[in-house]
Amino acid sequence: MDLSYSSEEQAFQTEVRQFLADELPKEIAEKVRLDQDLTKDDMERWHAILNTRGWLAQNWPKEYGGAEWSAVQRHIYDTEAAAAHAPRIVPFGFSMLGPVLQKFGSKEQQDYWLPRMLDGTDWWCQGYSEPGAGSDLASLKTKAVRDGDHYIVNGQKTWTTLGQFANMIFCLVRTDPDAKQQEGISFILIDMDTPGVEVRPIILLDGTHEVNEVWFTDVKVPVENLVGEENKGWTYAKYLLTHERTGLGGVGSSEAGLKAVKRIAKAANHNGKPLLENPHFAARVAQVEIDLRAMATTNLRIISKAAAGEAPGLEASMLKVKGSILRQEINDLARRAVGPYAMPFASEAVEGANDRIPDPLDAGPVAGQYFNNRKLSIFGGSNEIQRGIIAKVTMSGGA
Amino acid sequence: MNFNLTEERQMLQDTLRRYLREQYGTERRNKILESDTGFSPEIWTELAELGVLGALFTEEQGGFGGAGFDIAVVFEELGRAGVVEPVLDSALLGGRLLAAAGKPDLVEQVIGGALHLAVAHGEPDSRYDLDHVNTTASDNTLTGRKAVVMNAEAADHLIVSAKDGDSIALYLVDKGAQGLDIQGYPLLAGGRAAEVTLDNTPGEPLGLTLADYEAANRLALIAQCAEALGAMETATALTKDYLMTRKQFGRPIGTFQALAHRMSDLLIEMEQARSAVINAAGYVEDKDADLHLSASKNLIGRIGRLVAEEAIQMHGGIAMTQEYELAHIAKRIVMADHRFGDTDYHMERFIALSAA
Repeated sequence: MDLSYSSEEQAFQTEVRQFLADELPKEIAEKVRLDQDLTKDDMERWHAILNTRGWLAQNWPKEYGGAEWSAVQRHIYDTEAAAAHAPRIVPFGFSMLGPVLQKFGSKEQQDYWLPRMLDGTDWWCQGYSEPGAGSDLASLKTKAVRDGDHYIVNGQKTWTTLGQFANMIFCLVRTDPDAKQQEGISFILIDMDTPGVEVRPIILLDGTHEVNEVWFTDVKVPVENLVGEENKGWTYAKYLLTHERTGLGGVGSSEAGLKAVKRIAKAANHNGKPLLENPHFAARVAQVEIDLRAMATTNLRIISKAAAGEAPGLEASMLKVKGSILRQEINDLARRAVGPYAMPFASEAVEGANDRIPDPLDAGPVAGQYFNNRKLSIFGGSNEIQRGIIAKVTMSGGA
Repeated sequence: MNFNLTEERQMLQDTLRRYLREQYGTERRNKILESDTGFSPEIWTELAELGVLGALFTEEQGGFGGAGFDIAVVFEELGRAGVVEPVLDSALLGGRLLAAAGKPDLVEQVIGGALHLAVAHGEPDSRYDLDHVNTTASDNTLTGRKAVVMNAEAADHLIVSAKDGDSIALYLVDKGAQGLDIQGYPLLAGGRAAEVTLDNTPGEPLGLTLADYEAANRLALIAQCAEALGAMETATALTKDYLMTRKQFGRPIGTFQALAHRMSDLLIEMEQARSAVINAAGYVEDKDADLHLSASKNLIGRIGRLVAEEAIQMHGGIAMTQEYELAHIAKRIVMADHRFGDTDYHMERFIALSAA
């Protein structure tokens, strides 16, 4: 047992830290620190900076232009990036579609789409969930019917994150209505400028616009945009979901969040003393910190397994459940810490609107974030689904 | 022992519930949320006409209620419908302070819906403490800053606390008074508040002290607990309906035991919450009123969070959307914890009062 990084890993950590200090634009970091909305330009700018360094597609093999980092290296980057308030890399291309194309896509698809992800030509979004197919994803109904050289797609996707910025969407569609649920699904790539594609915003409860509905009406998709084989899409989707399972606990974000809670609680006055010195509040903070320290090590144990070539299975589900609960608890502490100043509505989803919030503690829209992060235990397979997986695997021997 | 409402209160509850069901649906309310004023003057007038504002005052004060249970009945219904009109601050807290100050003419206007008030007590670093006032009064002119003042922009008068020497006193300030600056903003759970600064602003002494403020604050605590309870009722009702209708894996999701048991837990806790509101309303005149009120506010804060979070979780994504009723209701519930002392504040006050 050795809990410390190797000397190579330490050197890498120093390199990442230096890179973030030199290259991360201050105004973007400040927006991330205060949980303000990033513009498309902000995100593309950060992607371009990472790409120049070769660090944009961190998990891709070098032959595709990736950084080919180990699980430990990715963890180090995630931790340092969260501490420095770097924006999250938009994952749909780099973490999700990229690996699927590398494993199941044709040579032509790889040569065409992968470089366009790296240079920012394409912005990808994900078309999985539907109004009637959330936790039960395999019940999806969006149809693709073969018609000569095209598929004709009809249906509706929902919860499409940052779909308003995307020009491409990868979708699960039903190509065989008669097959058993999972067996009639295909994985296709759709250009969102095609006639019949309509993106409608969904405003979330904290007033933000980060997800969308995407409607398809007689959308013509060239057959070369089918990934892999027809009716095998469920296999690819599962690969996508299991491929990028490290970092699920959000340890870096939680650590950054906890630091923010302490800063706010130090500045907040409670009976003439900093709130952080209040035994009741301090106990709440300590409880979370104790849990987080253990989870950070759990996370490292899983990463270490992954680095040794073992695919993380159940641990990924466990980390997702525990990690989301902890992050939500931290959001709860932050809203408590600001007291009555949790009430102002921080954002009208307009850039610069944040300037109008009275905020003597400089805390940002913590109550909005508290509500927004309720999504953590809902999306990507809700915590109930994860618990079901854990129970099924441990008590009946198979998922 | 009798846990039934009196005939008058039952009528008040029925009337208000019916009115809000018919006139305050999700669509209209969401329009009000987006409006510049943050509330509907029409709804305000109608609430006054229905006698809802009058029910918050005793007969001597010109009303026809005013007891803890009158307040609880009104605010539970307002909470159930997610009403954002500033009944609590403008009518109850402001109105009862003016009644205590012996201002029957102004109280009459409040009851009639013609006069709006704002109560400017909390300050940027006072958090939930009632006796933390740095605003100063000298020869009836006030100087200082007040934080998150509800309804300040719409108010005809502000009731402002200030320190004159060592004691805290309350003053009536006109909206157009010299040196008064009001910076308004919308609130996450609806309505508007403002940062208020006073710079040698003239104020009329109301002859009220901190003890008078604390008395009005007790009524506000009942109201806030009852409002949260009403909102929690809506959240649990929406969740129950959703569990019975939403199908995944070929069956209603409420038939999955993991969710069914959690729904049962919510219903159990809702009974606790209802009792806590009854305690708050029933013991408000008791010598241990503050102990009871802190117990209630703490419990409502804890159970409120549980209900809001579990309701969202059991719904899934749909509850995350602004246009779905639960989103607004959940925000009302959680934000109620940020008014008049949160869960932790009242836990500490309960401990201190229990030890006394």
